[in-house]
Amino acid sequence: MKLILALIKRDLTLSMRQGGGVGTALGFFLTVVVLLPIGIGPDQALLARIAPGALWIALLLSVLLSADRIFQQDYEDGSLDIMTMGPVPFEMVALAKAVAHWLSTSLPLAIAAPILGFLVNLEPSAILPLAVAMVVGSIALSLLAAIGAAVTVGLRRGGLLVSILVLPLYVPVLIFGLSASQPGAAPGLTTASLLILGAIALVSLVVSPLASAAALRSYLT
Amino acid sequence: MQFLANPTRFLKIANAVLPYVWAITIALFAVGLYGALVTAPPDYQQGETVRIMYVHVPAAWMALFVYTVMALASAVAAIFRHPLADVAAKTAAPIGAVFCFLSLATGSLWGKPMWGAWWVWDARLTSMFVLMLLYIGYMAIWAAIEEPHRAAMVARVVALVGFINIPIVKFSVDWWNSLHQPASVFRMGGPTIAGPMLWPLLVMGLAYTFLFLALHLTAMRAEIAARKIRQIQIAEIGDR
Repeated sequence: MKLILALIKRDLTLSMRQGGGVGTALGFFLTVVVLLPIGIGPDQALLARIAPGALWIALLLSVLLSADRIFQQDYEDGSLDIMTMGPVPFEMVALAKAVAHWLSTSLPLAIAAPILGFLVNLEPSAILPLAVAMVVGSIALSLLAAIGAAVTVGLRRGGLLVSILVLPLYVPVLIFGLSASQPGAAPGLTTASLLILGAIALVSLVVSPLASAAALRSYLT
Repeated sequence: MQFLANPTRFLKIANAVLPYVWAITIALFAVGLYGALVTAPPDYQQGETVRIMYVHVPAAWMALFVYTVMALASAVAAIFRHPLADVAAKTAAPIGAVFCFLSLATGSLWGKPMWGAWWVWDARLTSMFVLMLLYIGYMAIWAAIEEPHRAAMVARVVALVGFINIPIVKFSVDWWNSLHQPASVFRMGGPTIAGPMLWPLLVMGLAYTFLFLALHLTAMRAEIAARKIRQIQIAEIGDR
């Protein structure tokens, strides 16, 4: 357990020192959020209606495009090879790296996104439900992105391929995340959607380490 | 299953069986299309347009069935290291993708006159669209990784992770308020379709299944041949 925490700490330290961490992801997030009102037009009422969906999509894309950081560097310099031989089970290594990505990228974005919602005229009453849904959903987002990162780690141009592989898995997160963030919806719907979002996060917690480890092993042998 | 592990024996059996499979396929299509287009009655609401069902529904069944075959083959490959399991999964994907596209296309053509829309984002259509993306992603993985053994190992993971979508597609019309027709054949309590419409549907489903079997066996033969060629080419480079 201490070793797993040490791994998480290592990845967090590396991501803070090297840049390309939350700062870049936040920048990408802001860029997408800027493009949406420009593309859709200045109608404030329309923007208010689509604001939760727009913020969710921006979150999905930001998490997805920062995902290749999870395994890429350690794969390239051979650290991943050494980790397969260490005392920590390789599945736990994969989980630790996904958790580090969540802490360094997804979680800060999930917290920042509702606050930046004013850029797309998000209703103030929607900020809290959106924040809660995004924090819960971000767990699943990071874990699923880790699967995509593991499957494409050895490919030279795996960027778009990660999107094709992971976005179908993101669709349920998006659907339930949206119905959990609507402020005016029936409270039963919000709670139910939040619970299903949590269930998706728990399932990814189990599937992601197994799938990532299996995919990484095929590149390391 | 281990009996078929030897590629040469598999090829012998496949070659022997294939003409009969094609013959059965053609016979089933003949009977099924006759039942669908001639003997089946028109629907009381939709009229003759309902006959698209005999093409659309079996295609959708096959899209789900072939992905299940892919996932099963991937599991067999991962657990038992069966040598032909990866070949089976790889070759099934394009066939399943075409079935999935056909079901989306015929459904769209059916939806325009019936629902008034080429496409709606309801639960069944969205999850079938996601299935199409899963097929494309799976084929992209095989295309992106050059070394066949490594590609197989990664592809197994992709197929198995995506399998979660199959029950979602099947039960989407039960779990959500959907514009799409709820389950009418494979449901608790038996089919709700009348007999004269049900038997052509089932015969067409069987015809599509035998078509898949014929195409799959042919594709596996081709893939095994391609692998032999690759091995010969590698050996030639080694000999120089």
